[in-house]
Amino acid sequence: MADSLLKVDQVSQRFGGLLAVNAASFEVEADSITALIGPNGAGKTTLFAIIAGFQNPSEGRITFAAEEITGIEPHLLARRGLVRTFQIVQPFATLTVRDNIAVGAHLRHPDRRAALDKAEIIARQLGLGQLLDRPAENLTVSARKRLELARALAAEPRLLLLDEVMAGLNPSEVRDLLPVIRDIREGGTTILLIEHVMQAVMNLSDRVHVLAEGKIIASGRPEDVVDNEEVIEAYLGEGAARQYGTSGRPS
Amino acid sequence: MFSPAILIQAVINGVLMGAVYALIALGLTLIYGVLHIINFAHGALLTMALFAVYFAYKVLGLDPYVAMLAIAPLFFAVGYGLQRFVIGPAAHGDDRSVMLVTLGLAIVIENLLLYAFHADTRTIDVPAGFNVIDVDGALLGVSRVIGFAAVMLLTLLLWALMKRTDTGKAIRAVAREKLGAELSGIDVAHIYAVTFGLGTACLGIAACLLIPTFYVNPTVGQSFILVAFTIVVLGGMGSVTGALLGGLFVGVIESLGGLFFGETLGQLGIFLVFILVLLVRPTGLFGERA
Amino acid sequence: MKGPLAVVTVVGLLACVPLAGASNVTLNFLIVAMLAALVGQGWNILGGYGGQYSFGHAAFFGSGAYVTAILQVRYGVNAWVGFGCGIVAGAIVGGVIGFLVFRSGLKGSYFALVTLAFAEVLRIVGSVAPITGAGVGTLIKLDLRPEALQFQSRAIFYWLILLLVFISLLIAERLEQTRFGAWLMAVRENEDSARALGVDVFAVKMGAAVLSAAVTAAAGCFYAQYFLFIDSSIAFGSRVSVEALLAAIVGGSGTVFGPLAGALAVRSLGEVAKLVAGDAPGVDLAIYGAVLVAVVAFAPRGIVGLGATLWARLRTGEAGHLAGSSSRG
Repeated sequence: MADSLLKVDQVSQRFGGLLAVNAASFEVEADSITALIGPNGAGKTTLFAIIAGFQNPSEGRITFAAEEITGIEPHLLARRGLVRTFQIVQPFATLTVRDNIAVGAHLRHPDRRAALDKAEIIARQLGLGQLLDRPAENLTVSARKRLELARALAAEPRLLLLDEVMAGLNPSEVRDLLPVIRDIREGGTTILLIEHVMQAVMNLSDRVHVLAEGKIIASGRPEDVVDNEEVIEAYLGEGAARQYGTSGRPS
Repeated sequence: MFSPAILIQAVINGVLMGAVYALIALGLTLIYGVLHIINFAHGALLTMALFAVYFAYKVLGLDPYVAMLAIAPLFFAVGYGLQRFVIGPAAHGDDRSVMLVTLGLAIVIENLLLYAFHADTRTIDVPAGFNVIDVDGALLGVSRVIGFAAVMLLTLLLWALMKRTDTGKAIRAVAREKLGAELSGIDVAHIYAVTFGLGTACLGIAACLLIPTFYVNPTVGQSFILVAFTIVVLGGMGSVTGALLGGLFVGVIESLGGLFFGETLGQLGIFLVFILVLLVRPTGLFGERA
Repeated sequence: MKGPLAVVTVVGLLACVPLAGASNVTLNFLIVAMLAALVGQGWNILGGYGGQYSFGHAAFFGSGAYVTAILQVRYGVNAWVGFGCGIVAGAIVGGVIGFLVFRSGLKGSYFALVTLAFAEVLRIVGSVAPITGAGVGTLIKLDLRPEALQFQSRAIFYWLILLLVFISLLIAERLEQTRFGAWLMAVRENEDSARALGVDVFAVKMGAAVLSAAVTAAAGCFYAQYFLFIDSSIAFGSRVSVEALLAAIVGGSGTVFGPLAGALAVRSLGEVAKLVAGDAPGVDLAIYGAVLVAVVAFAPRGIVGLGATLWARLRTGEAGHLAGSSSRG
């Protein structure tokens, strides 16, 4: 059985009186693609921010590669191999695609030439080869998403946190991105993704965790989780499971 | 060291002076609260207002308190025009550009004043200028009392404007959620300009209140502005209450500080407080995130 | 390698000016313009490449100027050693201010505001502290020997400031070709993304602040040696702070040659203004303010940006013309 690369242990996040994350616990196996799903406002991005070091949790621990990383700053986590992308893409606007990706590459390659070469390789890998010299601010949404991915990839992460990488893409763009993400996993990178686009979740993930109102309410294989009564109710409201039915399989 | 009478006097002077500081700070915080920009031209505009009031007196023979009726709308128009036709368009909505544009305006205004009127200091002798009322042993400068009353009245008017009129509601809407306001049909560029105009109108009125007891030269705006900025960061960027309370507070501190430490050190002290507040708590006591 | 070669070429051309028999007036103009280019490049490192717009760069200029002057005048330190110390002093001031400000996470307008305040504090302190000569200022004794870093010939002063400008150009050029520079520009564009990619944002900003301050302080040291007099409003006054950002913005912030181009343009404009409006105080600065607004409004990428756009248009124009003729031919 594969070891868990990431362990989230009883993590809670309080903002004043609001409990955004409520004793969430789950694990991510090495070499897997794991999805974190849940209705809007469930606390997924907050959890990501905590895992990636952008916020300190009120309670709980995060363990990465058998070492505790709770409260460690993002840039140090990146150096350890934990890299995140952002839901609202944040490219280095006035820099070219090549220079954008090179920033990621510089994490492992101090030499400028080496970083630029690596940037070019990764760009081509993600279909951005024609856009290498274009300023990031001139890219389409779809290209920006790939750029976000490329930058993170260039940093050679062991664990890649993808925050709604499919958001804003049309169905054919989503379909085109699926093999790219699978290839990243083939390359030896574990992926934890937040996703709303079910097509991607079902197609990609080995394991799914469902977050609702800050709590993990279900974990399992994608096909099992979507049939789970509680999960359906979390998305569609109370009584929805009864109304719309499940396939009768146990959760 | 100092007798209680002198201390009380200093405190009272501080409160009266603080009201005018509060007015200057009010303009600044209003502009920040709605446009989310730090108006680096605020000092230069105050200097310009002081010159305007001075010349209204010298050339037109208008008493500053009378001139206020003309100066306030005039400076409202100046502020409206600057934001609508210079700052807004030039900055293309970029934060860094806005900074540079307001700085550029400040430099232009101050140096045009310098070029036109040279560095000499001028004062005016207004009839009510140095009269004092004797209240229970404490001497209150009449012009300062008028200033205090005027500021209180103005604050009330501003509050009424914000709560009761459509424009006021539109301003509050834009301050809270620009995109939503825009989608609701509010002309954001116009509202921005109105707000800026209100801010500069405050400066126009403040100038009228200050002139009887102060001097005018092209750099005088600077010293008031420092105090205004300190008040705004202390009271919180965007907070009207903060500007008022902060103004009174700083007025008193400055008065007492001047008493004990002299003017230069007093200035230095205010700067250090300013830096300290920025470093430690830029949200101030009442304001929003830095 | 295009970068360093371009720098050497430009500086080489500039160095020939005295050899072509330029008058003292011309040399003086160029020296002052180079001073502006140097403070501009200093500002450019933190502001142009790093995106942290300081409105108080005079703090570093003045530190360099005063330290070098005071060491010579009050402690008899050798002028060259004093020069070095001035640069180090500037770097330290940059480090202290940077540490305080970046630790607090101040950015954007707040950063500009607090740097403005720091410069003003230094100005007030400088105007009353006995060690600086308070209101009277500090006068360096005339001693026209190379050992005292003073020269009979203006040309030598010119070459000295040109050397400093040369070094600053190389620094900028290196920034564009190294990891530190890439990190710095990433921080300018988006701090959170930079963090997520392993950039230590605080350390990068600190490094830029110290480097920027050192370069600007060098300009201050030179000023002291060339003019032999400084007081608090010269050293820490807003004029220097404005000239620093103006040169960079007008010329093109975040580029190697921007501050140099901007300094020459702005200074020339200042001279023209003086011809037209006489020596009245405030004319040149008023024009500078207007230029700043105009550049931000109409040419945000500055002179270098305009040049690049023009160059690109010429090239596509050429290519279009060639394509047209070949299709016919």
